[in-house]
Amino acid sequence: MRIDLEPRRVRSRVLEIAAPVGALLVSILLGGVVIALLGKSPVEAFQVYFVDPLLESWSLQELAVKACPLVLIAVGLSFCFRANLWNIGAEGQFIIGGLAGACLGIATHDGAMQETFGGWWILPAMLLLGVIGGAAYGLIPAILRAWLGASEILTSLMLVYVAELGLDYLVRGPLRDPHGFNFPQSVTFDDVARLPFLMEGERLHAGVLIALAVVAIAAFVFARSLFGFEIRLVGEAPRAARFAGFSEKRLTLVAFAISGGLAGLAGICEVAGQIGQLQPAISGGYGFTAIIVAFLGRLRPLGILIAGLVLALTYIGGETAQVAMKLPQDMTRAYQGILLMCVLGADAVTRYRIHLRIGG
Amino acid sequence: MSADMLELVLMTVVTAATPLIIAAIGELVAERSGVLNLGVEGMMIVGASVGFAAAFSSGSTLIGALAGIAAGVVLSSLFALLAIGLAINQVASGLSLTILGVGLSGLMGAPFVGQKREAASRLAIPYLSDIPYVGRLVFGEDMFVYAAIALVAACWWFLNRTRAGLTLRAIGDNHHSAHALGLPVRRVRVLSTLFGGACAGLAGAYLSLAYTPFWSPGMTAGRGWIALALVVFASWKPWRVVLGALLFGGATVLQLHAQAASIGVPGQLLSATPYLATIVALMILSIGARRNAAAPAALGQPFVATR
Amino acid sequence: MNDDGATGTEQTTGKAPLVSVRGIVKRFGDFVANDHVDLDIYAHEAHALIGENGAGKSTLVKMLYGLLEPSEGTISIDGEPVLLANPDAARSRGIGMVFQHFSLFDNLTVAENIALALPKSRDLSDLREQVLGFSRRYGLTLEPDREVWTLSAGERQRIEIARCLLQDPRLVVLDEPTSVLTPREVETLFVTLDKLKAEGRALLYISHKLDEVKRLCERATILRRGKVVGVCDPRAESARSLAALMVGASIAEIKPNGNRAPGPERFIVDRLSIVSPDPHGVDLEDISFSVRGGEILGVAGVAGNGQSEFFDALSGETPADRADAIRIDGASVGVDGVDARRARGAAFTPEERNGHAAAPDFSLSDNAVLSLHALGDVARRGLIQFDRARLAAARVIERFDVRAAGPQAAARDLSGGNLQKFVVGREILRDPKVLVVNQPTWGVDALASAAIRQALVDLAGSGAAVIVISQDLDELFEICDRIAVIHEGRLSKPRAARDITREDIGMLMAGATAGSADSHAH
Repeated sequence: MRIDLEPRRVRSRVLEIAAPVGALLVSILLGGVVIALLGKSPVEAFQVYFVDPLLESWSLQELAVKACPLVLIAVGLSFCFRANLWNIGAEGQFIIGGLAGACLGIATHDGAMQETFGGWWILPAMLLLGVIGGAAYGLIPAILRAWLGASEILTSLMLVYVAELGLDYLVRGPLRDPHGFNFPQSVTFDDVARLPFLMEGERLHAGVLIALAVVAIAAFVFARSLFGFEIRLVGEAPRAARFAGFSEKRLTLVAFAISGGLAGLAGICEVAGQIGQLQPAISGGYGFTAIIVAFLGRLRPLGILIAGLVLALTYIGGETAQVAMKLPQDMTRAYQGILLMCVLGADAVTRYRIHLRIGG
Repeated sequence: MSADMLELVLMTVVTAATPLIIAAIGELVAERSGVLNLGVEGMMIVGASVGFAAAFSSGSTLIGALAGIAAGVVLSSLFALLAIGLAINQVASGLSLTILGVGLSGLMGAPFVGQKREAASRLAIPYLSDIPYVGRLVFGEDMFVYAAIALVAACWWFLNRTRAGLTLRAIGDNHHSAHALGLPVRRVRVLSTLFGGACAGLAGAYLSLAYTPFWSPGMTAGRGWIALALVVFASWKPWRVVLGALLFGGATVLQLHAQAASIGVPGQLLSATPYLATIVALMILSIGARRNAAAPAALGQPFVATR
Repeated sequence: MNDDGATGTEQTTGKAPLVSVRGIVKRFGDFVANDHVDLDIYAHEAHALIGENGAGKSTLVKMLYGLLEPSEGTISIDGEPVLLANPDAARSRGIGMVFQHFSLFDNLTVAENIALALPKSRDLSDLREQVLGFSRRYGLTLEPDREVWTLSAGERQRIEIARCLLQDPRLVVLDEPTSVLTPREVETLFVTLDKLKAEGRALLYISHKLDEVKRLCERATILRRGKVVGVCDPRAESARSLAALMVGASIAEIKPNGNRAPGPERFIVDRLSIVSPDPHGVDLEDISFSVRGGEILGVAGVAGNGQSEFFDALSGETPADRADAIRIDGASVGVDGVDARRARGAAFTPEERNGHAAAPDFSLSDNAVLSLHALGDVARRGLIQFDRARLAAARVIERFDVRAAGPQAAARDLSGGNLQKFVVGREILRDPKVLVVNQPTWGVDALASAAIRQALVDLAGSGAAVIVISQDLDELFEICDRIAVIHEGRLSKPRAARDITREDIGMLMAGATAGSADSHAH
């Protein structure tokens, strides 16, 4: 079999939107095949994964809460990916951001500082620390690339393992709750150190609003600002970007700082919103899933918002399916891999006319 | 430390290095043809789970190893379809393969969690294997170790001494020139990608058949990524892969011994040393050398035949 | 002049053509690159295929070499129709090819490069001896163990030729073979080509340099917009009549800009040395010159002698380490980047249109932002003013007669000539005090070339200092006041264009020092 590619002279707008949708449908079909091979009912699984979560209020809220970190991270990643910079260590930046912010939450737990300075500043400071922590961690691979030419792909990924092990150590060691019966977890944050819920007694927390704001700002930056132009140009034609007077080094640092900062923000939102304390594992693979979100959203902020909700659906569906259908959690991850492959394949359809020749 | 003890430690270094050698040499061949496949980790872990499943069900280590290889080939063919057939960005394609592989390995390995089997047997040659201090190190390893060394030698010979190897290197240097000469750019790249997949699958199978003779989810623990770094570290030269893998194997074993000896440094931080060592190795390599001068010039660039 | 291919064929009666092309059509989607082309090539004969860029020469040649499949028509060798499915098939039928853009592998050795083009059955054990023997036979020196990236353009072309000849081809196709050679290397090449003809081989010589065609070829087929518009004996034609046939219209002469009194020194380069950031690049060594307002300085040289590094150094894409190494109107800008130099009134047009001067997938309006944002014309406080960018692009389109669907058209949808007019026009419309332009008309059709050259002359006439880096000596003699030559990263002393001969320049291009070139001239 031979595949011939003929670049499209004119890109079709319709196709640009139809492609990711088509990819989603194909991936659902393929996922169904895998589920059938596992001896389960694909129809039931479809119901559990993609329909049920949309029918109830609590699961819709849960959807928004799960989409929040995915969207935040993926928007950050889009700054890197569009500039052809490959930050695949968002998982690590997420952890360090969560950790940095959590340190303040733990330090203020005894209440001494709150009595002196009041409690209003703690949450904003935690969020800021989360951003700074994530950005600083993201800057490590950026610096190594800009000054030494070391592959940012490998260094950013290695740092994920380092961050995971570091968090594990801290939660079991210095940051462990001294009164926690030796459980590997920190103290539970005070209310002033937690993201407020949007409605009394519900799951939706303020992180969702932060994510929406970030999407809006990113959309504006890409559409109108010179910096957004710079990012697009570097990804498209790096020599032309140099000719335009943009510094590749500076851009590498800034893009990684933004990406790491947003991942860190997602991390602290998760810790201060969902979890409320530090645990040995705070992410559940958001940093990697966000890569899929970024591509499914075609690296555009609004697309990422929608894609984030779709991927959040697979998380929630996955949890339900685990209970209701005894489908392992790995099914979700395998499906996410299939989805990303389909999304990438669909991208080829928008770029090329594809001619299949059998036996050529 | 006694000499016998040292021999034992060195043997563990060799076993720790072997999967890295196998995975890295496969990726090296793929990269010399211009293909950057970041799916090594995914192919490796599927190789580990499928390899264990097959060996456990059949009772044969060989069948397990072959199953691991087959799994790697199948997964890499998906990558080849995306990155070579459809000319999609190789970084993204490779990532998707790793994500898929991690999920699939969990699905396929689930029934075998907690099962154990005998580790792959080690070579025992009368007299030779009994030579003091070096006998077991040289003549008492498992078959994978010898296969790994043979693989490196074969790849070196293929790349540097055969016409097909020359063609492969030419395609990795400049696919436009290669196409203009009528060299089969995409066919060679597909084949080298499949070879890389086979090696990654075998490396994974080694982990679950010989290194630790059981399957546990996530057991590759980033070794696929370290193998990718090793290729850079080796400047795309086969024998340097062996050297690099032994260094990394040494670091891994050293940190395990340090943990066992409880020297007062937290275990998690010791566990992080292989990853930190990888970063440091990439840094050292980049300092001094002009930027990536050793890398195949067309590495990672998608190829579309033009007019 | 015969406007009909059949009549041309009868001139060589009694012989059957070696290669015969009949009714070849090649379509790419809606675009017809070759439209019923007929072509006959005979042994012992050099046949020229001439036409403008985009006339369909390369497409035709690629079909002859098995790289493209014809949509219609037949190719016959010795009167027998053949199917050339791939270059291997073409080579085994005796068709060899010397490429325009070399199909070489930089990081492989000369011998390895040659081995790759030989048939698989060929025993490679004595390849080195074969290469050396070949070198002696044709007088083309080759070192089998050198890596290609260390070689000059002329040396690289020898590999291409060796690669082709080692297969003992009956037809040798040469695609623009002299575009990267010094005049002396061209002479050496022609001696080799004469030898090949005498051995009974046929040559298909693709060029738009008409004097070369007249020197080498017995017959010429002229292509325009994919069609054969004439077959003739180029020796019996004037360069002018051939050009008219090629272009299909007469080309305006460049109008010199009256008497230009040289103005003050606007652009001064003083002992500039830069180590190339590219490991395979050329280092610049101790370059000094100055250009006055109203003056055009030409920089000649064979490709790969540091032209792009020179351009990057002047534009600031690779800054120097001394501020006073480069001065614009008295201000030291050596360590400044490209934007700071633009702010001083300088403008730049790089060689590569697609990907350097312009981003292919961006609209013309966005491409206006590319070089104008630093001047505050199209961006303020970090935000792009899209209406002003559109206006700027529209102005260029109108003033420079750029054929495009409008400011929203993507750069890659423009033809080479139109995009070049856009990127040159974008800089000229800023009224720069200094303009540096690299290969202003490379791969551009004759009408657009003339327009661009006229614009450069007019700009100098308005008082700007203009530096033109070009491989095209005709172009430099047509528009420059002074000419210098770049060779291996060093620049010769600029001399008045009317005092310097082509021979002088040829010597300098080949690496002679200024002194010896002088003595040659006298």
